[in-house]
Amino acid sequence: MAGKFTKCMMLCCSAKEPEDMGSESYEEAIAALSKLLSDKADLGSVAAAKIKQITAELEAAADPTQFDPVKRIETGFFHFKKEKYEKNPNLYGTLAKGQSPKFLVFACSDSRVCPSHILNFQPGEAFMVRNIANMVPPYEKTKYSGVGAAIEYAVLHLKVENIMVIGHSCCGGIKGLMSIPDDGTTSSDFIEQWVSICAPAKTKVKSENNELSFSEQCTNCEKEAVNVSLGNLLTYPFVREAVVKKTLVLKGAHYDFVNGKFDVWNLNFQIIPTLAV
Amino acid sequence: MSSSDICRSNTGVKLKASIEPPALTWELKGDKQESIVEMESGCDLFDEMKIRFLSFKKHKYMENSEHFQALSKGQSPKVMVIACADSRVCPSNILGFQPGEAFMVRNVANMVPTYESGPSETNAALEFAVNSLEVENILIIGHSRCGGIRALMSMKDEVDSSSFIRSWVIVGKNAKQITKSAASNLSFDQQCTNCEKESINCSLLSLLTYPWIEERVKKGVLSLHGGYYDLVDCTFEKWTLDYKESIMDRKKRVIVRNSSIWC
Repeated sequence: MAGKFTKCMMLCCSAKEPEDMGSESYEEAIAALSKLLSDKADLGSVAAAKIKQITAELEAAADPTQFDPVKRIETGFFHFKKEKYEKNPNLYGTLAKGQSPKFLVFACSDSRVCPSHILNFQPGEAFMVRNIANMVPPYEKTKYSGVGAAIEYAVLHLKVENIMVIGHSCCGGIKGLMSIPDDGTTSSDFIEQWVSICAPAKTKVKSENNELSFSEQCTNCEKEAVNVSLGNLLTYPFVREAVVKKTLVLKGAHYDFVNGKFDVWNLNFQIIPTLAV
Repeated sequence: MSSSDICRSNTGVKLKASIEPPALTWELKGDKQESIVEMESGCDLFDEMKIRFLSFKKHKYMENSEHFQALSKGQSPKVMVIACADSRVCPSNILGFQPGEAFMVRNVANMVPTYESGPSETNAALEFAVNSLEVENILIIGHSRCGGIRALMSMKDEVDSSSFIRSWVIVGKNAKQITKSAASNLSFDQQCTNCEKESINCSLLSLLTYPWIEERVKKGVLSLHGGYYDLVDCTFEKWTLDYKESIMDRKKRVIVRNSSIWC
């Protein structure tokens, strides 16, 4: 174990000459690590794995043009296998037989907002749909069946207990929606048509927040669009039924990565009996 | 706040939805944890979510604040990933993608419909990733024990519009056909496994029906890859589409290169 770590150390140290400015803090850090490992030799292989990952990240950062996606995922996969899969045989044995997540999560495809990072969802916890601007279209059999399939599977087959729609700051899809000209002309094949699902959010923001800057309006629209999607969820009969029976809870959320905040809110509903005429 | 009536008169009730103002903002100011409004009691799951977010913020976000500030100005991922919505196969977990690295679409059975099939969530995302973000790689990741593929293999051949699941997974009908003709002697489970992999290749070919994708692949600025995660054995197989060879193949199969399996 200690032997493997030493080899890793040598690779790190011989890779590149550290700049003078950084060399002291680097050597101090290595000295501290060596001391720790001389006291706790069993941490050697953990340290070796982490150093390998740091080395790969620094190589990629040092020369972004050399990003090798295959090497990147290979490192990532072996790290997962070693640190998670092999250390939790009971969990992964159970998951091999089936999944029973408590959440259906809608999140944006944006590379910065994966709920597995920000909410630390582990394998098995959340059935996750990711699309542009985390949108849920209204119930309509002939169009956007992909989203309908995910909701149907999650609610009827997996019987999730919670649906959470998570919007986020600086959303390109929402900005695109807010940028569609008033005459409705579009220049894309699919994007503008897709984000127009949340056109009611844009209408609301434009009418109520017209005095705000474009960027503030976009922020408001990010949250209003979540509300539109929550309302659209209720147009699916199987969602409505589960919500009324209280076997399903709907929540809206907004992740602000500029300020490091996370808002969560509820969807309230009332059942109003229709009047017989 | 706003309220919208969702009227379904045939159910005999009206469902009126209203949105409360944000019930809780989770912030970490220095070492002090603040909550604006108390959460509803009985929300143990969301208490857990709050703890996790604050932990992410403390241990990742604040410790890498320069990196996250840079990310907040814009994203430039080099990879677009299309993966299944299955809770067990998030690429951030199994492949270690970090914030900023991968633009990610997740749908049932990681399928890509063709350009001609009209608007879908998946092709809107493709258009954004390829034309706006200019990703250099698209990676489609399938997996074992896929419920969506199982549904596809279990379906009778006629399109059944009573179910969203069936209306969606029919996107994979070519993969099912190929599997049935090549592997009908195998058990149903084995056929599903075949179909899981075949479907990835069919989706890779679907990617090439998008003119702005094919153009970039031809020019060599965009590469298309397939990946298969076996969640029983924890192995990962990956391969890259060889565009030139695939185009020339008379049977229109996917020809691959650089394939390997990580065990």
